[in-house]
Amino acid sequence: MNNKNQALIFELSKEDRIGYSLPELDIEDIELSKLIPKKFQRQESPELPEVSELQIVRHYTALSKRNHGLDSGFYPLGSCTMKYNPKINEDVARFPGFAHLHPYQDESTIQGALELMYKLQRSLEEITGMDQVTLQPAAGAHGEWTGLMLIRAYHEANGDHKRTKVIVPDSAHGTNPASAVVAGFESVTVKSNDQGLVDLDHLRELAGDDTAALMLTNPNTLGLFEEQIVEMTEIIHEVGGKIYYDGANSNAILGITRPGDMGFDVVHLNLHKTFTTPHGGGGPGSGPVGVKSDLVPYLPTPLVMKDGETYRLEFDIPESIGRVKPFYGNFGINVRAYTYIRTMGPIGLRKVSEYAVLNANYMLRRLEPYFETPYKQHCKHEFVISGKRQKKLGVRTLDIAKRLLDFGYHPPTIYFPLNVEECMMIEPTETESKETLDEFCDAMIQITKEVEETPEVVQEAPHHTVIDRLDETTAARKPILRYITEA
Amino acid sequence: MEKFRYLPMTEKDQRDMLDTIGVSQVEELFQDIPVEVRFKGDLNIEKGLDEISLIKEMTRLATKNKNIKEYPSFLGAGVYEHYIPTVVNHMLLRSEFYTAYTPYQPEISQGELQGIFEFQTMICELTGMEVANSSMYDGPTALAEAAMMSAAQTKKKKILVSKTVHPEARQVLKTSAKGQNLEVIEIDDKDGMTDLEHLKAEYNDDTASVIVQYPNFFGQIEDLETIEKITHQKKALFVVSSNPLSLGVLQPPGNYSADVVVGDAQPFGIPTQLGGPHCGYFAVTKKLMRKVPGRLVGQTTDDHGQRGFVLTLQAREQHIRRDKATSNICSNQALNALGASIAMSAIGKKGIKHMATQNVQKAHYAKNKLQEEGVEVITDQPFFNEFVIKLPKAIKDVNKELLDHGIIGGLDLSRFYKEKENLMLVAVTELRTKEEMDQFASVLGGVK
Repeated sequence: MNNKNQALIFELSKEDRIGYSLPELDIEDIELSKLIPKKFQRQESPELPEVSELQIVRHYTALSKRNHGLDSGFYPLGSCTMKYNPKINEDVARFPGFAHLHPYQDESTIQGALELMYKLQRSLEEITGMDQVTLQPAAGAHGEWTGLMLIRAYHEANGDHKRTKVIVPDSAHGTNPASAVVAGFESVTVKSNDQGLVDLDHLRELAGDDTAALMLTNPNTLGLFEEQIVEMTEIIHEVGGKIYYDGANSNAILGITRPGDMGFDVVHLNLHKTFTTPHGGGGPGSGPVGVKSDLVPYLPTPLVMKDGETYRLEFDIPESIGRVKPFYGNFGINVRAYTYIRTMGPIGLRKVSEYAVLNANYMLRRLEPYFETPYKQHCKHEFVISGKRQKKLGVRTLDIAKRLLDFGYHPPTIYFPLNVEECMMIEPTETESKETLDEFCDAMIQITKEVEETPEVVQEAPHHTVIDRLDETTAARKPILRYITEA
Repeated sequence: MEKFRYLPMTEKDQRDMLDTIGVSQVEELFQDIPVEVRFKGDLNIEKGLDEISLIKEMTRLATKNKNIKEYPSFLGAGVYEHYIPTVVNHMLLRSEFYTAYTPYQPEISQGELQGIFEFQTMICELTGMEVANSSMYDGPTALAEAAMMSAAQTKKKKILVSKTVHPEARQVLKTSAKGQNLEVIEIDDKDGMTDLEHLKAEYNDDTASVIVQYPNFFGQIEDLETIEKITHQKKALFVVSSNPLSLGVLQPPGNYSADVVVGDAQPFGIPTQLGGPHCGYFAVTKKLMRKVPGRLVGQTTDDHGQRGFVLTLQAREQHIRRDKATSNICSNQALNALGASIAMSAIGKKGIKHMATQNVQKAHYAKNKLQEEGVEVITDQPFFNEFVIKLPKAIKDVNKELLDHGIIGGLDLSRFYKEKENLMLVAVTELRTKEEMDQFASVLGGVK
């Protein structure tokens, strides 16, 4: 990492420098004021930087050296599926025949793109066991909201207007309750039992004729498979509700079990998790949604269809919830995901989940002697441990996470799910080697020894990062959200 | 054991790991999945390809398309082909950026955080606003979020949106509004501009926001001064959707007292890629800072007083507030925001004016040339880089003729406005050459 504080690009700026090159005007150079009335014209230029090309390269290279990516090192961030992002995906997405297409081109000129989208839809339908997939949603949360809007449309079409509630487990991602509210529902929480699974009795209590849907991540965020899934879908279906699959954790189930077969009615997938498209520092992602046949009439427009050998966009979906996104979803991301699916094929995808689960269980058993492990059963692709034992010695989970930075690792997800005290959620993924897993476990074990012998080393961590712990309280109390150029 | 280049597992590793776990085969780890829902056999998807065959197959799909680098295009309508400085892609391919997750651990994410802080600053500079977030999915969903925010802020339920706003943005808005039980009223367009009389008539105490686009969907420059006065008679918020490149030459919406400015940073360094992923932006006045959806990066210091950056004001967000969050957005378009920042750094203070001016000049040249060739131009108000022309027959057929000449024509407006038959929305950016524009005009002049 780069230890030197990096100036802001604005601070590198000097009047009269440029970093671009436009062609000389090949038409008459008519003054702007003759084309656009003065009153509409901007008087003061925006303070964008004035820097040379090399300055830009140095600046962003310096910034990149102050950032940890999956390529930099192990990134066992639970529920985020930080697996290798294949380089070929990046190359393919940049083919001019994919990167430089305009969404309003005639369909006859984008047949290759439509074919790709169609085949991706079909592949995801097979992988999830659903009847129809839409590629429109931009990300996981967007998929959740889309799926809930579909469920809402379904109930309304049946004249069923009492269904105002969406049931969400206490271990769910925050997006679940947030999406429910944005879709116009009330979010109600179902408790987990002490095995980390949904409390079936509580679910039965909550389920009723006001239940629109149950949202479930399976395996859940504790990394545990909801083994009573069949009973759960029955409980919800019996009262007339729908059941929603949050695909955040699908890396555990490819070719092993399918949401459609488990009884789910709606599914979203995070292509930026399970299907190797890069997280990009927070996006862009892609969150396709799959549904069973009774929800197909409400899918957002457009869908990609095939007539004979021709592919086309279907806009005429009379009962559709409407548009959820302009154009055709995050196509560039979908290209990457399709490239990955074609790389792995059915055998490869199943291996992905087998190895993801094997890796997680291996780490769990290696760490078990050193940390509290609230759940004893085999985990799926991720698992949680608790820093309770360490906390008694005055070291918090946050400190352990910060200490891991010194070892060159991105820490696990911490303090989530909310139902495990001092929680650390670890997801190794299938693309990491045993050596990497062992090295990480060794570091974790060493930290537990430090907690006992030299706790201050952990409490004061990190020691080797470009910056120390930052004052987040002041950042929120007196927000500075932009740079102001000095006059 | 079939081998895959992304999967480092060896048979020996597998045996050792199973031993540590205390099971004899991988299947035992899946015993908790009820037998009746276990998938049997192989997924019915195409079989895996070796790297060479994969490139061949993906090349086949890509070359089945006609791309706008080979066929000069006059399509815009919210997605624009622009000059992308070469450095953008090179810097984006620094994998420390693109293989990172959301910067929740600031000590090892300073690069991303600083890059986004710079993005927020650039968006503020362009729009004339005080606060900008770290990005939204795209312009239209940002616009819908602005409507939601206006309803939450004003506790009112009526959204007035001009029909000169991108039709797909209005469609997304209507879907979102349904979730929140908001009423969306569309204000008519009059000669390609927002009908101010209709706006006045619909405006009342219940109005949460007035939403217009600037330049509007037809390329024309809306009268923000008057619309702002109408909007701010009562409590409603003034929401302006804006092409940020145009703000290199046009008055920023902030100068017209906009409360929210949204749009898409796609014109800066982001390829069209069939409409996504692009990069929504969301900018507001300081007053609305704590109502903003999505992530915000803030500046702070570490224990030694050294400047650093963190995600801040997270109490608005779903991972903290769950069902009380201002929005459900989680993933955004961070990498594209970074790409847009790199492009804006390269284009810079001088370049933005230069590039925007070339757009105006070339679009006006094309318009005059078309008129010379006998094509009817409908646009008669000041415009940025788009204008509307009328042809003697359906645009679908006109565009076929253009394609025969190797040109991708403009947008058929009847796609979105039934009454606008034979009308084409033409976009001209700095990339179009005189020769391309002359040929375009000459083909259209010959359309009978």
